[in-house]
Amino acid sequence: MRVRFDGVEVEAQEGQTVAGVLLAKGIRSWRTTRGGDRPRGLFCGIGVCFDCLVSVNGVPDVRACQRVVAEGDEIRTQAGAELPS
Amino acid sequence: MSRIETADVVVIGAGIIGAASAEALSAAGMRVLVVDRGAPAGGTTAGGEGNVLLSDKAPGPELDLAVASRRLWPELIESLRAELGDEVARVEWEPKGGLVVATDEDAVGPLSILAEAQREVGVEAVDLSRDEARAMEPHLTDEVAGAVHYPGDAQLQPVLAATAMLTAVRARGGEVRGWTEAHGLVFDDAGKVAGVRLGDETIACGAVVNACGPWAGHFSVAAGAPIEVLPRRGMVLVTAPLPHVVGRKVYAADYVAAVASSDVDLQVSAVVESTATGTVLIGSSRQRVGFDEALQVEVLRRLARSAVKLFPVLAGVPVMRTYGGFRPYTPDHLPVIGADPRFAGLWHASGHEGAGIGLAPATGRLLADLMCGREPEVDPARFRVDRPAVIAEVRT
Amino acid sequence: MRRIVVIGAGPAGMAAASAAALHGVDVVLIDAGAKLGGQYFRQDALAAGDRFTLPRNVEHVASAAVWAIEPVDGGHRVHLRIGPADGPDRRGRAVEARALVLATGAYDRALPFPGWDLPGVFTAGAAQALAKGQGVAVGDRVVVGGTGPFLLPVAASLIGAGARVVEVAEANAAVTGWLGNPVGALAGWSKGGELVRYAGTLARHRVPYRSRSAVIEAHGSDVVESVTVARLDALWNPVQGSERRLEADAVAVGFGFTPQLELALAARCRVEDGFVVVDAAQGTSAPGVFAAGELTGIGGADLAASEGAVAGAAAAKFVGAAVEPPVRAMARVRSGRRFAAALNAAYPVRSGWHDWLRDDTIVCRCEEITKRALYRAVDERDVGGVRSLKLVSGAGLGLCQGRVCGRNVAELAGVDGTGFAKRPIASPIRLAELAEEEPVETPIDAEESGRVLGVEY
Repeated sequence: MRVRFDGVEVEAQEGQTVAGVLLAKGIRSWRTTRGGDRPRGLFCGIGVCFDCLVSVNGVPDVRACQRVVAEGDEIRTQAGAELPS
Repeated sequence: MSRIETADVVVIGAGIIGAASAEALSAAGMRVLVVDRGAPAGGTTAGGEGNVLLSDKAPGPELDLAVASRRLWPELIESLRAELGDEVARVEWEPKGGLVVATDEDAVGPLSILAEAQREVGVEAVDLSRDEARAMEPHLTDEVAGAVHYPGDAQLQPVLAATAMLTAVRARGGEVRGWTEAHGLVFDDAGKVAGVRLGDETIACGAVVNACGPWAGHFSVAAGAPIEVLPRRGMVLVTAPLPHVVGRKVYAADYVAAVASSDVDLQVSAVVESTATGTVLIGSSRQRVGFDEALQVEVLRRLARSAVKLFPVLAGVPVMRTYGGFRPYTPDHLPVIGADPRFAGLWHASGHEGAGIGLAPATGRLLADLMCGREPEVDPARFRVDRPAVIAEVRT
Repeated sequence: MRRIVVIGAGPAGMAAASAAALHGVDVVLIDAGAKLGGQYFRQDALAAGDRFTLPRNVEHVASAAVWAIEPVDGGHRVHLRIGPADGPDRRGRAVEARALVLATGAYDRALPFPGWDLPGVFTAGAAQALAKGQGVAVGDRVVVGGTGPFLLPVAASLIGAGARVVEVAEANAAVTGWLGNPVGALAGWSKGGELVRYAGTLARHRVPYRSRSAVIEAHGSDVVESVTVARLDALWNPVQGSERRLEADAVAVGFGFTPQLELALAARCRVEDGFVVVDAAQGTSAPGVFAAGELTGIGGADLAASEGAVAGAAAAKFVGAAVEPPVRAMARVRSGRRFAAALNAAYPVRSGWHDWLRDDTIVCRCEEITKRALYRAVDERDVGGVRSLKLVSGAGLGLCQGRVCGRNVAELAGVDGTGFAKRPIASPIRLAELAEEEPVETPIDAEESGRVLGVEY
């Protein structure tokens, strides 16, 4: 299946999480913090730390390690705190 | 820090009212010991939103106290800054103003009448059209039937405010002792308060202030001088941090009626505001369920609905936390501030319900004025302890 | 109808569900994952099917977030959102049951150190989950650090996923030290053989394994480029001059585990020393609520499964099934706890880590609260409890709600950290979801709820 990350088409497989797709592509960070504007990505990997937040289909604050990708998902880097679009 | 063995005044309760009372008393030169059976500022004060409101009060003694308090808060913060430095005085004070919104026509009339009455006593209240309200709060629902802007409403972070005042008390030679329960009073031969029992220890003191918030009734019984203060439960939802969504303290017009109600049943009316860290706080609920802390999802559900009705953009936003507390409620909805008529040296400062954060500095000042024999700025008559709604017979 | 709810489908939850189901009780088994097994039996998410099967009267509710547990007359109501994680269109469901088994497990404890907020620093559990579940290594050159036997399978999984493990740094004494000791406290531990195999894998790949060592700093501007590993003294203070810089693009660290307590606290179970207190039937202090697995103490999968079997049987008995005491499982629980106690004693966390931190090291990742800011709040405002500590320091107020920082912040501030785990909203829920009415399935029968049975063996 295909998803998009920051506008670029990426190949993905059934059962992969957003974090799984991105890390497999060598992408380490997909969020910036709202205070220090620092890059963040996966940390705990099991849904506990909320560090790997990403925007999926216009909805921010989605844990990349928990969200299983679906065909056509529009995944975007989350910059600090965002509102759903 | 050394433990003090005697005090001029022992304040029971280290919440916002106890802290403000202790601050005012220590500023008047008294040596104050503040005790709390839990962590300082860890009870009702930690469960509130930080309202410093004029808008929700009809003309009367509570509004008088609120007006005095609204003037005192920034003065107090400035004096703490001068005394203790910027860091301690950091209390997230935001004089952001309030916006009261009627979403249906029925609510417009009562809101206008209240605003008019408030204007007559000098509260700034500006009637706004739908478009003016939405210009002020761009994310506000377009179903605005009427709105009133109150530039005088403000907000602060109550735990920071209470701990700042307690730090001042310590800096002036007083002491704050957490995890210390007061079990009762000790009297001299004349029947005047001479000390307070704290566990195995008795602290000699000239006066005791009952500032136990919703537990003020409990302590008053232990002290042998019962007053009627009951808990009224409230819950708050906290969203994930958001970009700037809500500029003011925005609440639904039915909030005023809910505050003034004595109904036992659940009442929910939207109070929505952003905090300095970006989260949005969503209140408010009122329930009289004793000290029952059990989660009720229905309360959260109704809070969520009321907030989305005011700010539809919040629908897709995550709620990450809920917290709650118990407001100290008196049957006539007025605080109890003053001397107990039964025992010389026993004072009460409680019963502020959901307004304690806003009313704290004026309450502390009033108490200190009365204790020191100074002329008070606010008329203390309506807050007297010996009014029939509050005083209970001494139990034998 | 006899029905129980089991939350968590790891070793403990699966065993509880099976045990209850075998006694004729219907089970609703709820888990956040798409497949059974939890963290321990992490399944390959990319492969089809599920390697576990459960009895037919177990309904497995997958991809479900339990966001609240609400006490109701005679039991509890469990509130779920089912569907894509954190999505806005999940389906709501509320299930009531007179008996509840909590098997919510644990997650890695991560200790802070300078640079731990850089992308490329992971928990050991993350490295394991990504390798086993997603077939991805978190880096090409990975340093594994922390304490306890879990570091070995993590290193082995990383190797299996194609990474080069640069080094394994164990902060306590070497795990391998007691593996060959037949009279040691852990002799006969069923996981011993597994560990020997992992140790063999490490040896074959020439992975240095260093005891009394830790990663005390990660370096890089926007991603990990190298790490500093130092020798530690007995209290975990770094030994001056022992620092070595290793090139690595990833670090996986784990210092034991923290139980997922929020649902147990929501159900008003008593917690002592960080764990749910249970009796011989795995019953908690809350009537009808049973707990199994890491919630009751860190002890690994075998102990969790044994506790689950006991808890499932007790929950079945609680709702009226005819159940004999599961004596064999209870015996396994007793012996398992002895091994667990010895293991936990061998891998403590020592306070020297406090000094790995610099003033500007972040202690709360969500809110970016530094050690300096935390200490300033503690010193200047003198708070004595978690609730006010959070509100004056900001630590623990972010989206993770203190899951990562709570224990560390409580330790640094010198307060009891249990309060950090009070999370009545156990998982974030969007306001529109919260606003929605949820139909309550098969509410508890009022007559039935009149009976409150204790389970005593």
